[in-house]
Amino acid sequence: MILGLDPLYVGDFMGDLLVTLLKVVVAFVFLLISVMLMVWFERKLISDMQNRIGPSIAGPWGILQTLADGIKLFFKEDLVPDNADRFAFKLAPYLSLVPAFLVFAVVPLGGDFNGDDGDGVVTMFGHDTFLQVADPPMGILFFLAMSSIAIYGVMLAGWGSGSKYPLLGSVRASAQMVSYEAALGLAIAAVVLQTGSLSTHDMVLDQAAPGFSLGAFGIPNWNIIVTGFVPFVVFLIAGTAELNRPPFDLVEAEQELVGGFHTEYSSIRFALFFLAEFMNTITMSAVIVTLFLGGPAGPALFLPEGWWIGTVWFFLKLFIFLFMFVWFRATLPRFRYDQLMDLGWKLLIPLSLAWFIMLAGLRVGDSENWSTTKTYAFVLGFMAFCGLMATLLTAAINTARSERIKAMEDANG
Amino acid sequence: MSEEIVFIISAVIVLVGALGVVLSRNPVHSALFLIQTLMGVALLFLIEDAHFLAAVQVVVYAGAIVILFLFVIMLLGVDKAEELGIDPIGGQRELALVVGASIAALTIVTVGWSVDGATGSAPASAENALDNGLTDIERIGRVLFTDYAFGFEITAALLTIAVIGAVVLTRSIRREDVLADLEPASLELPSLAPAGANDEDTPHDGDSGNSGAEVSSEGNRES
Repeated sequence: MILGLDPLYVGDFMGDLLVTLLKVVVAFVFLLISVMLMVWFERKLISDMQNRIGPSIAGPWGILQTLADGIKLFFKEDLVPDNADRFAFKLAPYLSLVPAFLVFAVVPLGGDFNGDDGDGVVTMFGHDTFLQVADPPMGILFFLAMSSIAIYGVMLAGWGSGSKYPLLGSVRASAQMVSYEAALGLAIAAVVLQTGSLSTHDMVLDQAAPGFSLGAFGIPNWNIIVTGFVPFVVFLIAGTAELNRPPFDLVEAEQELVGGFHTEYSSIRFALFFLAEFMNTITMSAVIVTLFLGGPAGPALFLPEGWWIGTVWFFLKLFIFLFMFVWFRATLPRFRYDQLMDLGWKLLIPLSLAWFIMLAGLRVGDSENWSTTKTYAFVLGFMAFCGLMATLLTAAINTARSERIKAMEDANG
Repeated sequence: MSEEIVFIISAVIVLVGALGVVLSRNPVHSALFLIQTLMGVALLFLIEDAHFLAAVQVVVYAGAIVILFLFVIMLLGVDKAEELGIDPIGGQRELALVVGASIAALTIVTVGWSVDGATGSAPASAENALDNGLTDIERIGRVLFTDYAFGFEITAALLTIAVIGAVVLTRSIRREDVLADLEPASLELPSLAPAGANDEDTPHDGDSGNSGAEVSSEGNRES
């Protein structure tokens, strides 16, 4: 419990308003600071992986480098190209930034989910509340809605610049984001099927429940295990693509497109895009943690109870994914455009769809009390069927393509 | 009271957006104002506790359909202010005036003279009371997969057919490109460009060049 009594002696309505405002301000400030640290962390970690030092001048270990860069960007000249559509050009950075922040509002940041009556409720100024800015019933759908709005930022930036390379970059980006949103949604659907609710708070609550126990220690009831890893992997890949981060950063492939959709941007508008990009990375990690790793609900260990323990767990898990995204960037080469589309449409979407159907089948089995043998038979049979179908389809496509190429080669001599 | 404040704000958002769609000269700006209107309508849904509808409104309309509009506008290159003096279909403006006026009259009559107000407050029937404990999302899910399961499945099939149809149509165009590669002379397209502009950049030539490149690269990959 953070603060037991109502120290401001304000009424119910004002109290609610104050608590909400406080949560919004804390979340906003937290995001801004973590973006600053994330940029530093990414540069430092990549330098380490590439055997160089990285930022080291500004502040201890160069930790204030982002601040210095930010100040420099603010004082640069703000250019709007002659050819630009001024309205769209000026609107685009905000359309990137605002959704990135808004998604964070539905992520549960803490609260005790592991205690005996762990329901994540904390008391602030005498008001019972959750440690998340909002818990709307549409929950995770809000995340999908905001990620589809974020496409406009990229699209308008590219088109509004009135220049060729940004336009190409933005067309690539929006096609990529629209394609991978399908896989993203199907991976989320598996989690929603498991939870039976769209609310992020319910998801965490469901994952905090005691899971399957293996002898002395229990395996946590996290969705990454309960939904069988595949939706998690699909979500991680599709999420990386949605963020336009390496290895899916064709949007700003320097060798082909200069800077991609933000080539023409400078000064504070560029800073806003930069901010949005890293904010999206943090938000996406937070959403992955919430969906698949139990959010603030840690594994049942011998730990003290309290509202802060959830926050500690949340940040530990968040850190894993932030590290992972940087690691991807340092390790993996960029995809080619056709490989990107093949991966999204021909692998991730069918895979997550088939997996979703299988999970639904298992749920039917659960409610009809199938025996273990029957359940295994269903899973193996379904996998064999899907594998057979995939093989046949691939064979058909390959045969058709080689026939077509042969016919054309014959005709062309 | 807070409900009225939200309603007024979202009504202003919707109306400004709607006026912007009609009044802006640039099609891209019109599409942007359309998004504003759709977001405002999503807000209105939220006041009515229709959370799912609000989310779907944003995901489907603002997130997918207007994106497609923008794609088409940008790719067709009509993203410039249009000359409004020319009326492509004769008499459509007068017709629009008549239709618009009658819709406005209908709306005013419905809102002003109907007994129960604009939405017609329905009495709390047994049917409404039945699902009271459920959220709107659960209710929609239940109705969609019981009473309307058949319609739901048919819609899904229809969408699949539409996708396959689109693929087939684009594929057949590519086959013509292949034919054009085989017999370039027999399929010469009449050029729409004015004389003099008919150089190497006509779309026909560009397309066949592309497919040729694709063939060779695919051939390389196979061998």
